[in-house]
Amino acid sequence: MLGTWRRGGGRAVAGVLAPVLLMGAGLVGCSAGGGDLKEAAGLRLPDGQIRGGAFSVSASEPEHLVPANATTTADGQVLSALFTGLVEYDPQTAEPRHAMAESITTDDQRTWTIRIKPGWTFHDGEPVTARSFVDAWNFAAYAPNANGNAGYFNKVEGYAALQAEHPATREMTGLKVVDDTTFTVRLADSFSQFPILLGFQAFYPLPRSAYGDLRAFEEAPVGNGPYEMDGRWRHDEAIRLKRFPGYKGPAPSADAVEFRIYSKPGGGYEDLLAGNLDIATDIPPDQLAAAHAEFKSGFVERRSSAFYYLGFPLWDKAFGRKELRQAVSLAIDRNAITKAIYDGSREPAHSVINPLVPGSRPDACRLCTYDPARARRILASAGGFTGPLHLWFSTSAENQPALEAMANMLRTNLGLTDIRFDVLDFSQFLSLVKARKVTGPFFSSWLMDYPSPHTYIAPLYTAGARTNRTGYANPLVDQHIAEGDRAPSVAAGITAYQAAEDVILDDMPVIPLWFGKTRAVHGDRVTHVAIDPFSRIRVQDVQVVG
Amino acid sequence: MRRLLQVIPVFFGATFLIFALVYAVPGDPIDALAGDRPVTPAVRAELRHRYHLDDPLFVRYGKYLQGLSHGDFGTNFRGRPVAEIMRQRFPVTIRLGLLAFLFEAVVGLAAGVVAGLRRRSLVDSLVLVSTTVVVAVPVFVLGYCAQLLLGVKLGWFPVVGIREGWRSYFLPAVVLGSLSLCYVARLARASLMEAMRADYVRTARAKGLSERRVVGVHALRNSLIPVVTFLGVDLGSLMAGAIVTEGIFNLPGIGQATFNAVHTQEYPTVVGVVTALVLIFILANLLVDVLYAVLDPRIRYR
Repeated sequence: MLGTWRRGGGRAVAGVLAPVLLMGAGLVGCSAGGGDLKEAAGLRLPDGQIRGGAFSVSASEPEHLVPANATTTADGQVLSALFTGLVEYDPQTAEPRHAMAESITTDDQRTWTIRIKPGWTFHDGEPVTARSFVDAWNFAAYAPNANGNAGYFNKVEGYAALQAEHPATREMTGLKVVDDTTFTVRLADSFSQFPILLGFQAFYPLPRSAYGDLRAFEEAPVGNGPYEMDGRWRHDEAIRLKRFPGYKGPAPSADAVEFRIYSKPGGGYEDLLAGNLDIATDIPPDQLAAAHAEFKSGFVERRSSAFYYLGFPLWDKAFGRKELRQAVSLAIDRNAITKAIYDGSREPAHSVINPLVPGSRPDACRLCTYDPARARRILASAGGFTGPLHLWFSTSAENQPALEAMANMLRTNLGLTDIRFDVLDFSQFLSLVKARKVTGPFFSSWLMDYPSPHTYIAPLYTAGARTNRTGYANPLVDQHIAEGDRAPSVAAGITAYQAAEDVILDDMPVIPLWFGKTRAVHGDRVTHVAIDPFSRIRVQDVQVVG
Repeated sequence: MRRLLQVIPVFFGATFLIFALVYAVPGDPIDALAGDRPVTPAVRAELRHRYHLDDPLFVRYGKYLQGLSHGDFGTNFRGRPVAEIMRQRFPVTIRLGLLAFLFEAVVGLAAGVVAGLRRRSLVDSLVLVSTTVVVAVPVFVLGYCAQLLLGVKLGWFPVVGIREGWRSYFLPAVVLGSLSLCYVARLARASLMEAMRADYVRTARAKGLSERRVVGVHALRNSLIPVVTFLGVDLGSLMAGAIVTEGIFNLPGIGQATFNAVHTQEYPTVVGVVTALVLIFILANLLVDVLYAVLDPRIRYR
């Protein structure tokens, strides 16, 4: 019997699986570990900083690399290395600070004078002037250019004139070049938070070469940032950047960065495990705990700007009483869900303003605690709730387990026995929410545009705002927002927005659920890996040690 | 000639069907494009106009065909020409497909022929069992296992991407080709066994031909017809079936592009790729029909 086996084993070469293994074995000789980290490490400077070297970061395929049209995190990640805005945000506190701006001043919060630092150039040698900003902003706002970030300029005087189908002008009347390093911005209305906006990518300057052939520009964008393109954008493969020698800002640490593009979620993390990548930002949710345990100090985590909430269709009489919404809020155990279901990758929300931005208060929401008895009392006093409760959400949210847990809590704590799920594809979901055709609470999220409380308040709760999905309208809230916009300083504005938040958290047009987190892991070759408030790796800070 | 004319209705029928179906999917593609960030109404109107989203279906299809007639596949919703996307991605998929095809044809045929010639031997049983196992395991399980074992743990092959030339394609090609390989092996085995029992083989043996000539010229040539048919059809489906494999191994090929495009409602890309695949399929089948004639003198096309 044994003999037969041995003979058979010899002839099994002709079988199907054996050749596979043989071919595999044949190739082992020429692969040494499979890594391709041939880049040199950096040199240690006297101040302890390490300068030079090259490293790789995982990324997804950007959609656009023209700042005016760049809306995704992937777009922002690449552009943040290629461009430097007027202001940048502290990676820890998200406080804005001047980058290319020398000064940003105003007397009335409506007309702003912006002075830029002289002597800066784009990667192609063109000087960065006041005109580089003004032209880029006009280009962005001009509707026929169909730029995704056009809406960011809606506060500038003359913006509306550029939104017609065939606008009569290409320039906003509010923008005026004074001299090479000075320009003024007149807003349609006072806006105390305006300087905070200016760090977002929509406000980056553009060189003149961009406007000639935009498609060609997008393949190899020319910016004014610490890094310049090394070759063209290799779609779905990689984007390589190298140090821009003419950079006038703080010099970046590494000489070169390669963004490796993975379209499969988790692809970068696998490559990192195999030793082929330095920084991965796409850790699969089910491997978070393992990644944390394995990488320890190489595991970086910070709050993201995502705010997850349950919105109510206030146009529907069934949800018109705020007591019902308050009861629902009190019946949800946010701690349990974020711990048990999200493994701590989400954080319970106790405010509608994300703790990421200056001006958020950790205990703003009195009704976001878990108190089933009180929830029942409030619901009973408001006359209860009858009939089926439909919960709407989109498939792309990947939050079904959390929503099921939430539904169970509503069943047990409030006695809502008939809860139904309406799951839709994201764009369908959005269309129905916008058309006010959802028939129950909808699960949605909001990302910040700029790190000011304003971004979490005005777009969602101002009466009649285009992105006010719940149909919420409270004159008191509108009044507080208007006060904040007209406030004499950024800080004074924040106080007014907090007052608006207090009203909102009592009315509860939306129930705050949780805030998001972003994570990255990195190998031993790199240190100083930090994530900025927009969930991007601060590539200019990364130091290459190995 | 008749064979060529049949191609025309197939082409128009298939492309129109795809065009109509893809655009019948509910949800606004501009919403899918914008994601969480709202687009201003003016920008939305401009985008809808730019991509003919407000025209009726037939007008859009007409415009599409018009562009297609001079090689213009249109642009995707981000302004990249679909032709450029395909030019960049088809080589990847073709490399993967060819390697997989080569793998399944060579290894599959060899296994099938050896098994077919030695019926009931250990080799035969081994082929039968191993092919059954592979057929039973879904491709993605095979892919992930191979990737984890040979890529991440053992480090023999690149885990993802195409940065290492042909070496990068090897593992994905084996995974992609493995399923068809089993069919090829089993088909070749069965049809060779049948041929070996056929009258003409007995005649050839009776004429005193060497066993080599009997198998090589008489039995093999006839028994290969169903295998060639299968391989021809499979060449096209390898291109389409690359979706899973390219996804697992992060190869920037046409399958991955299609998957992403469906996911993000990038209809122009979907339609463009499917149109190209339809063309490939039609050509592959045409080629197979011509090959029949070479293999079997009884089949002739007028």
